[in-house]
Amino acid sequence: MPEAAIQLIGINKSFGPVHANRDINLEVPKGTIHGIIGENGAGKSTLMSILYGFYQADSGEIKVNGKTASIKTPNDAIAVGIGMVHQHFMLVDNFSVLENIILGAEGEALLKSSIAKARSELTRLEHEYGLEVDPDALIEELPVGLQQRVEILKALYRGADILILDEPTGVLTPPEADHLFRILKMLKDEGKTVVLITHKLREIMAITDNVSVMRQGTMVATRKTSETTVGELAELMVGRRVLLRVEKGEAKPGAVKLSVKNLTVKDSRKVTMVDDVSFDIHAGEIVGIAGVAGNGQSELIEAISGIRRAVSGSVMLDSKPIDVVGIADPGELRDRGLAHVPEDRHHVGLVLPFEENENSILGYHDKPQYLKGAFLDLDAIVEDAKAKIAAYDIRPTNPHLKTANFSGGNQQKIVLAREMEQDPGVLIVGQPTRGVDVGAIEFIHKRLIAMRDAGKAVLVISVELDEIRSLSDRILVMFAGRIVGERGSDATEGELGLLMAGVEQKEAAE
Amino acid sequence: MSTPFAKLPRWVDYGVIPVVNLLMAFIVAGIVVLLVGENPLRAAWAMIDGAFGSGRNIAYTLYFATFFIFTGLAVAVALHAGLFNIGGEGQAFVGGLGVGIVALALDRYVPWYITFPVAIAAAALFGALWALIPAYLQAYRGSHIVITTIMFNYIAGSLMVFMLNNPLKPLGSMAPQTRMFEAGAQLPKLNWIFGLLGMQVRSSPLNITFLLALVTAFLIWLLIWRTRFGYELRTLGHSPKAARYAGMSEKRIVIITMLISGGLAGMMALNPVMGDQHNVSLDFVAGAGFVGIAVALIGRGHPAGIVVAAILFGALYQGGTELSFQMPDITRDMIVIIQGLVILFAGALEHMFRPWIQTLFATLSPKSMNLGVAKGA
Amino acid sequence: MEFVDTLVQVLGSTIRVSVPLLLACLAGLYSERAGIFDIGLEGKMLAGAFAGAAAAAVLNSGWIGLLVGILISVALALVHGFASITHRGNQIVSGVAINFVAAGSTIILGQAWFQQGGRTPALGPDQRFEPIVWPFADAVRGVPIIGPLYSNVISGQTLLTYFAFLMVPVTWWVLYRTRFGLRLRAVGENPAAVDTAGISVAWLRYRAIICTGVLCGIAGCYLSMAQGAGFVKDMSAGRGYIALAALIFAKWRPVPAMFACLLFGFLEAAAIRWQSQLSTVVPVQVIQALPYILTVILLAGFIGKAIPPRAGGVPYVKER
Repeated sequence: MPEAAIQLIGINKSFGPVHANRDINLEVPKGTIHGIIGENGAGKSTLMSILYGFYQADSGEIKVNGKTASIKTPNDAIAVGIGMVHQHFMLVDNFSVLENIILGAEGEALLKSSIAKARSELTRLEHEYGLEVDPDALIEELPVGLQQRVEILKALYRGADILILDEPTGVLTPPEADHLFRILKMLKDEGKTVVLITHKLREIMAITDNVSVMRQGTMVATRKTSETTVGELAELMVGRRVLLRVEKGEAKPGAVKLSVKNLTVKDSRKVTMVDDVSFDIHAGEIVGIAGVAGNGQSELIEAISGIRRAVSGSVMLDSKPIDVVGIADPGELRDRGLAHVPEDRHHVGLVLPFEENENSILGYHDKPQYLKGAFLDLDAIVEDAKAKIAAYDIRPTNPHLKTANFSGGNQQKIVLAREMEQDPGVLIVGQPTRGVDVGAIEFIHKRLIAMRDAGKAVLVISVELDEIRSLSDRILVMFAGRIVGERGSDATEGELGLLMAGVEQKEAAE
Repeated sequence: MSTPFAKLPRWVDYGVIPVVNLLMAFIVAGIVVLLVGENPLRAAWAMIDGAFGSGRNIAYTLYFATFFIFTGLAVAVALHAGLFNIGGEGQAFVGGLGVGIVALALDRYVPWYITFPVAIAAAALFGALWALIPAYLQAYRGSHIVITTIMFNYIAGSLMVFMLNNPLKPLGSMAPQTRMFEAGAQLPKLNWIFGLLGMQVRSSPLNITFLLALVTAFLIWLLIWRTRFGYELRTLGHSPKAARYAGMSEKRIVIITMLISGGLAGMMALNPVMGDQHNVSLDFVAGAGFVGIAVALIGRGHPAGIVVAAILFGALYQGGTELSFQMPDITRDMIVIIQGLVILFAGALEHMFRPWIQTLFATLSPKSMNLGVAKGA
Repeated sequence: MEFVDTLVQVLGSTIRVSVPLLLACLAGLYSERAGIFDIGLEGKMLAGAFAGAAAAAVLNSGWIGLLVGILISVALALVHGFASITHRGNQIVSGVAINFVAAGSTIILGQAWFQQGGRTPALGPDQRFEPIVWPFADAVRGVPIIGPLYSNVISGQTLLTYFAFLMVPVTWWVLYRTRFGLRLRAVGENPAAVDTAGISVAWLRYRAIICTGVLCGIAGCYLSMAQGAGFVKDMSAGRGYIALAALIFAKWRPVPAMFACLLFGFLEAAAIRWQSQLSTVVPVQVIQALPYILTVILLAGFIGKAIPPRAGGVPYVKER
């Protein structure tokens, strides 16, 4: 048994009532790639943030290279050779690569010599690990893959021997992810220790030597990767057999409900996010849009639902146009039967300080059944909220409770209940189960399929490929703002992955 | 303003916390009194006695409170929509112009009860118009409303100096003010109410604007928590993205909210102009627009809380006046300090004592923490 | 020629009225580049003016006055930091509070201590900062254009004036050439990046607002001890807000900040100088309101796109 690079002994951490880490023990051997897998909210990121000194554990001990380490700040972690690549990059967007790399490791009070030193060190690292990046480029001008590389360089520049990566592939295309894995293997060969946090089984199987599984704040098992299977890990993650596919019958597509033609959308920086996109959705089918986050899916559904202005193109709802280029009013679209469950329920779909009943009318607050003249009809609103709470099994069942006090899954149910119960003809759902517990996922998937079976047109975008595959009757793949392919529900993960990476079919065949 | 801690019972949230914040403000103000070389406890007693010691004193306290109910509501309405209207001072000033014009036009021809409603409309209209440009610039050009309303306070000052020196100054007069209004623009006093309570009040400036302020507070409560527009306004205040998603027009809400806010600040002018001094002069606002910020914060944005906080500040003003007779070194500027401290403790440092009080409650009565579920109003 | 003389005079007074604006504007720059909005510049300046003049009068020294003025201003800056950094309070509310505390206490304490209606005693030459006359200032006065410029604009200013203009390149250098500046700019854009790099966000921001406090204190002392000879109540008269507008106008950069302050200073100086000529055309109040009106017009979108530091106004909370 090689010496342990990291040993965690009895780590506990609570955030108020939430026990995020409970008696965690973990041993990571030196010179290995160690995966930590678990669902969203299992406590992986918290654990690693404790190791990196970003949070302090309530109790427990950390040993690095066999010695007890007191890690109270990121500085302490850096001093014992720990580096971390965060899920959301910790970079200053309007700084150059060099400035970002030296930030916090400048050495002396004047920048001139530290920048020169960093420049030569960077050249060395580039040669050693193949991590090329223009040192003078501004971060905001770099693609995400390169930004991540800057994060890795930051850690190496500080002399990290132990590298923690938190969900590093969430923003990457499959080829970018493969490139990252090659880099990680190279780091391992150099004797570095890598800890990889992810909720994707494929990555664990592809690259790690050992894997530890977390569930609801506890460490449930550690396995040698070569001695375990995807099935076993999945079961350990959720605590019971995963429902990989929701039961559903054949789709019976009817008339076209929503028709998108040549839609182009730019973001606030005038970058084209949706590029000449066209597709139709029929009554009685679920169309899923797969794609790596940031390839225009979000802007697409925002434009269709009237939140974001499009630059050109047209959208027809029930054969009548939506003014997506001018001012499409989300309220008017709701009247016309287009409902929208937004990706970001915390800031868009819900007003968290509001009572549950107030959120259950958001967007429908101008419907006559909720109003008495200019006044709100509070009795009607609360009755309506109670009915939805019962129908969607929302807990707790108190419609006067502040929405912030509901769990993620229940918050999502509040949004879904609101949007579905208005009996819309078209339902657009962004990230239906992000941050939602397993039980609620199943419930939400069943509801979406029930909508389909009731003859509604459903458009789903999700970064979870499994979710897209299990829900959709047709799958559209978006890459760099374009729809690069359409597949049936029987598409394999492999071919979708290639499309998501922007690899043309011809190239793929070669 | 933000609600990361949503679990205290309502009476703590609206009662205990403001009181703790106030106490802190008074303790620090006491230190200033010490620096001046006076006894803070004696000063406090002189203030309390000056504010509530007699029917006359109470009447004065309520007269001052009338100012602050309007300006406090003005700040609070905007705050609920996520807007910081720091321009109440200027809006009230210009509101006074509206009151003055109506009063000068009507006072010789109609009784006060005809002039009053017209003057209310004019005060609100002028105040609202003064808030309109900052509102428009915020809504359509993204100019920060805090900065623009500050600028508009200064511009209002210049405007009023010009108006009172030129068009509105009676011929032959030197002072920058209008002529005195006749009976048709003088509002009835409320001294008779004290008579009912067995207190004799010969003269006080307390007038029916006070009752108008109370009615307005109730209407604003209705507006914020019971109307469709109030719902939209609160949605915008908590989350502009959610408002857009829900099909609410941010521009429309910003403009209407600021019109209401400016209108409320403008209505403040009725109290001194028609209720007391019966002319328009340069100093009738006297910082009341700014006091509104403290009042709105200590009243936690709720009209009922604002009425209580306004009476408290009315007491400070009236008590402070009496105090300055007894202790000449402590002028009414003491109130400005207290007001600043209240804004500091109840506004900027609102989270300082909260965790502390929360822990206290969690240990004392764990149950009340879980049952802290009531109407959001 | 007469016009040139007048212009030189106006330029001279432009410099004089620009100094407090410039110092306050640079003060705001340190704070806002670090992600802390500060509308309390006004209050800190006022408190600094009062404390400086009071200490100079009592202790009979301009330098001690300056020191005390700076200390008081820094103390108020620390209150702002305590509220907005340590307790993550609303930065605008905190700034407003400081302005009121300063406005009220300078009057109360001034009246109680000196009994001159809120004024401090008039300061003698040793108690204030006198204009410094440069060599040959009188000799070259007769030389056309250059002469009056040298003797009226460059010469004859106080030490604090030269300090204020020196602070422009110094601030630029600190911001772009030192470790502190790099971190300061970083913490105003993405405090999480600073935190994960092992630097304390709070301590960094505290240091930034201490810089703000120092410069505001000097701005105040300039008002009461260089431009004036004693404190008069409300003597900052909205300059803190104008400085804030200049900062926005300059897009939070030091050199443009100087030009913005000079522009606003010129407006004020020109309005005073040509008031009598102008008042036949427009009411004097219009001229007085002009800086504010211009600021609003500028804010309305003729300044291009002013993008504030991204983390500005938002208290830093560790992400979960």
